[in-house]
Amino acid sequence: MASKFSATPEELSKIDHNPPKKGWMDTPVEFKEHTFCWGAKGKNLAALELPNARDWSPADEDWKLPENWQKIFLDGMKERLGKYRSFRLFMDICVRCGACADKCHFFIGGGDPKNMPVLRAELLRSIYRRYFTVSGRMFGRAARARDLTIDVLKELWYYYYQCTECRRCSVFCPYGIDQAEITIIGRELFNLLGLNIEWIAGPVANCYRVGNHVGLEPHTITSSVEFFCDDIEDVTGIRINPTFNRKGAEILFVAPSGDLFADPGTYTAMGYLMLFHELGLDYTWSTYASEGGNFGFFTSNEMGKRLNAKIYAEAKRLGVKWILGGECGHMWRVLHQYMDTWNGPADFMEVPVSPITGTRFENAKSTKMVHIAEFTADLIKHGKLKLDPSRNNHLNVTWHDSCNPSRAMGLLDEPRYVLKSVCNNFYEMPENTIREKTFCCGSGTGLNASENIELRMRGGFPRANAVKHVRDAHGVNMMSCICAIDRATLKALMEYWVPDVEISGLHELVGNALIMKGEKERTLDLRLVPLPGKAAKE
Amino acid sequence: MSVVQVKGKDVELDEDGFLVNPEDWNDDMVAYFASQEDVTELTENHWKVINYLRDYFKKFGAAPMVRKVCKDTGFSMQEIYELFPSGPAKGACKLAGLPKPTGCV
Repeated sequence: MASKFSATPEELSKIDHNPPKKGWMDTPVEFKEHTFCWGAKGKNLAALELPNARDWSPADEDWKLPENWQKIFLDGMKERLGKYRSFRLFMDICVRCGACADKCHFFIGGGDPKNMPVLRAELLRSIYRRYFTVSGRMFGRAARARDLTIDVLKELWYYYYQCTECRRCSVFCPYGIDQAEITIIGRELFNLLGLNIEWIAGPVANCYRVGNHVGLEPHTITSSVEFFCDDIEDVTGIRINPTFNRKGAEILFVAPSGDLFADPGTYTAMGYLMLFHELGLDYTWSTYASEGGNFGFFTSNEMGKRLNAKIYAEAKRLGVKWILGGECGHMWRVLHQYMDTWNGPADFMEVPVSPITGTRFENAKSTKMVHIAEFTADLIKHGKLKLDPSRNNHLNVTWHDSCNPSRAMGLLDEPRYVLKSVCNNFYEMPENTIREKTFCCGSGTGLNASENIELRMRGGFPRANAVKHVRDAHGVNMMSCICAIDRATLKALMEYWVPDVEISGLHELVGNALIMKGEKERTLDLRLVPLPGKAAKE
Repeated sequence: MSVVQVKGKDVELDEDGFLVNPEDWNDDMVAYFASQEDVTELTENHWKVINYLRDYFKKFGAAPMVRKVCKDTGFSMQEIYELFPSGPAKGACKLAGLPKPTGCV
């Protein structure tokens, strides 16, 4: 068992950005405790029919690889170079200009040069050159090529599980190289050898077997939602009776399962329930398509597709017209950029139209799936919600743009519009840390485990630093976001770097402000904490 | 994966120190886990939470929400942390012999 992580924020903030004396090819990888995740358990790899299912540990000398592991890796690479033009292009075109070098949160907070996106990619490009280019084959190291040895494989593994596929670096790349796609392929190749991490393989196996990452069975889901309804009744005096797996509902609602399990996501789930009730929305939850997130996407393209399939399958079975999606982060990269070609076209549904405002969501014409932030923004824009933002007056709120909704689907202004409508005190973090240039929580793509806590605290340092700025300047005490991994991990990040700043989802704050028909006078917020007096604007 | 000897019996634990085989759970294991998770003395209150977690797990196949633990046992979040310094998921679940919660948590 690992030792306890005991480094203080003072110690961790002394970051050494000086590169090692030797060149990167001559600097061997060192697996530092608290910076890497446990290896996937054999039983979970077997449950997913992934190759080389066995228990293994990255800390061991012997990774229990098949004898022909090099061939498997290189054959896998060859197949993907042929299949994905983007991958070949990204292997070929980098000019090492360095624009990305200081943009990665892991490099900023850790100082390891191999976390500069350009060098992280170079770890794989050197293999590409050695085996797939003439110059690399002929001139080897002189052409910046190197053999695929076991140490090289371990180095690749170590750093490709130190990338959260957040794509901040790609915003700055003059060629538009998407480092996330390189990491995605790298991880696919590791999965050919049974080298997933447990924090991904466990949730994926859960999702494949039960339908969601947490492993909530149908009666557990209904019981949890019931529990939220009890609390909503305590807060508002209104009893909500949501439906599950209801055929003929107009809308299927899919949320990240974390919102049904972990605080503060559970308060966001209460916000969803209250909003839909107030609208009288003809919608249903599903205990089958009970996961918006997709850790399969962090495993392989095929696994992502396999887990994603159940959303459309359930929509078809229930006969809904369209799908509304909750506050999940990477779910929206998958839905926006992959779902349509993986499991679509979903032409058995209709182009989503808000039954309340009549707005036709042309942007979701093909996927038939609307983000709850745009749905709610549209309601507010049309004056369909009665809101009392003063109920959030005890909060000085800032907004964390979750990487995927912001960079992968451009959801920048809708959540801000909602936030400004439900809160009176809103403060932006500095310009180069928000919107497209937002900093990752440091724990995305399945790196939100506990054994890699130092990596997470280092990777989240730039985000935390920006929060500290608005806390000190404006007394910010709440950061809101639209991602379940964010809600779970930013909480730990704030406790470490910026104590006394809490985390919420967007619809928790909507739920606080929402004036519901027939509600009693609110004395509690959704966390069941007494609301300070209405004039509490200090 | 590691093997520890508790009262003369070999028990398999995963990297986080959680039970690999749920059937290995017994009072001796609770005492062992308590020593690992900074629980100095096992009191009636600890057992109240442990038994609650086990009952819930039997019924629902997952650990309960922390909010639900608080509501159903009557302990505040702070009291839970006082009982189990490493927290409800890593501490209390481990003592109760439950697997560690996974996903966006």
